[in-house]
Amino acid sequence: MSVRRVIGLETEFGVLAPSQPGANSTILSAQVINAYAATVRSGYGHLAGTRWDYADEAPLADARGWNMSRAVADASQLTDTPRELTAEEIALAGGEARAGQTLYSEEDADGHVLMNMVLGNGARLYVDHAHPEYSSPETTGPHDAVLYDQAGDQVALAAQRRIAESPGFAEVLLYKNNTDNKGVSYGAHENYLMPRATSFDDIAAGLLPFFATRQVLCGSGRVGLGMTGRTAGYQISQRADFFEAEVGLETTIRRPLVNTRDEPHATWEKYRRLHVIAGDANLGQVATLLRVGTTALVLSLIEAGTAPQLELRDAVAAVQQISHDPTLRTAVDLADGRRMTALDLQQAYLDAAREHCTRTGAEDPATTDVLTRWQDTLDTLARDVSSAKTTVDWVAKLDLMDRYRDRDGLAWDDHRLAMMDLQWADIRPEKGLYHRVASRGLMETLFTAEQIQSAVVHPPEDTRAYFRGRCLGAYPDDVLGASWDAVTFSIPGRPGTQRIATPEPLRGTREMVGRLFDAGLDVGAFVDELRRGS
Amino acid sequence: MAQEQQRPQPSTQDQEADDAGAPAPAPASPAAQAQTQDVDDLLEDIDGVLEQNAEEFVRGFVQKGGQ
Repeated sequence: MSVRRVIGLETEFGVLAPSQPGANSTILSAQVINAYAATVRSGYGHLAGTRWDYADEAPLADARGWNMSRAVADASQLTDTPRELTAEEIALAGGEARAGQTLYSEEDADGHVLMNMVLGNGARLYVDHAHPEYSSPETTGPHDAVLYDQAGDQVALAAQRRIAESPGFAEVLLYKNNTDNKGVSYGAHENYLMPRATSFDDIAAGLLPFFATRQVLCGSGRVGLGMTGRTAGYQISQRADFFEAEVGLETTIRRPLVNTRDEPHATWEKYRRLHVIAGDANLGQVATLLRVGTTALVLSLIEAGTAPQLELRDAVAAVQQISHDPTLRTAVDLADGRRMTALDLQQAYLDAAREHCTRTGAEDPATTDVLTRWQDTLDTLARDVSSAKTTVDWVAKLDLMDRYRDRDGLAWDDHRLAMMDLQWADIRPEKGLYHRVASRGLMETLFTAEQIQSAVVHPPEDTRAYFRGRCLGAYPDDVLGASWDAVTFSIPGRPGTQRIATPEPLRGTREMVGRLFDAGLDVGAFVDELRRGS
Repeated sequence: MAQEQQRPQPSTQDQEADDAGAPAPAPASPAAQAQTQDVDDLLEDIDGVLEQNAEEFVRGFVQKGGQ
């Protein structure tokens, strides 16, 4: 057992045009996607315009073994049809949002508004509901997952800069957070590939106590309690107050801690994709690593049947009780009558993971790094919470605010603290408070700026994202569309289209197809070789 | 993927104090004063970038539902 697993991370960014109060957020999000398309197009020809292919989307399939009817689904759950802008929204863009005659001045040649694009690093950038979303390429472990999540922040920043430089466009600001503090939350999702043989009941039972408590490692901190944040105070997690159920299919309403969406984007009989919606978006690299690395280990425990036998009396209540106590002293009720703190529950999972890794001989550096950091973080939090400020996002934010409060004598309901909470997540290095703190060397990092910039452009080499990303670079005029599951080509002189399915996330790697790209074949010969090899 | 680990470095003053084998600094020690100065500098930096119209700015940050 190790941390090695196919993993991808999603970030829905908060979006705001300060000079355009009430601007339509779907329009602003489309501006972000089209601005990024323009930045890429200016460097790589037609690479940016690649359409998303919806053929394999199945958002209403439930892992518990049934499908939700489209008729009873919330409109926001129908993510398997292309999201087109309505005439009303277009009109709003020209009126209320005053974004100019078009959504973006550099829209593609046939006049389409891009709502979706595939990037050269294998990621997807698109308008999800009313937010711009970056979905990272598939990676094979928590460290690369962090790297490609950080790359997404740079993609969003590049788009934001492009809009700022465009005459006639209002500045658009992007926030890597999860709530507007007025009752609305949006997600930072994690995706983990699992064998279908693992029972979903076991997954839910093993994850609930873990998800209720891992926020102490990777919460991003929030000013205000309750969905609307009206009660003054500071809490550990951005998302805690927005969960209403333990297990369920929805992600936007009656939000569950364990999401049952069963859309593997891979061979259905072999795999499930666990879609985790319980986490906060992290700016910090170490917090992201802990969020993903510890979860990968717990999934391995569940698959092996060695997860600790713990059951919370009420997991949803526990999430909130734990989040509302930054001293970490709160104990929550277990079904068997015991009471345990979040740190104790986390230690139980860590002990089980360490024992399992020792027993199965998993001593690779990535696994050892996650186990070591997990224990160090729990020890530090138990000794003195504020000492974890160089690695744990909610502690870093709280420490900065406490110093500010001490200096100016501010209560938690002071508007300046709400402003600091929001601006903490501003993705611009010159304005974002996380970035201001990090620029002084006060946050531990795992990757250099150069490594992150390289990940903006180059796909991971050890998953199918390599094939997807390289296809866009090598055959930009011939790729009609792409998705997690396929790349579709139009080949000059041949009728119809050629769809290359990619149902195995660990195929299409550099090792398997790198030589085909390096051979410099024309697209017809390239596709023929692929078909011969598969 | 190659990784480069960067741990936060103590300030120069702290390193000098450590090199000299100084005991844990008392509140008035040079290291503690330097630390206070670092915090003051950080808070001044934040003062300089924080949006000034906090109440109005925060009120204007209204999002539509997401996942």
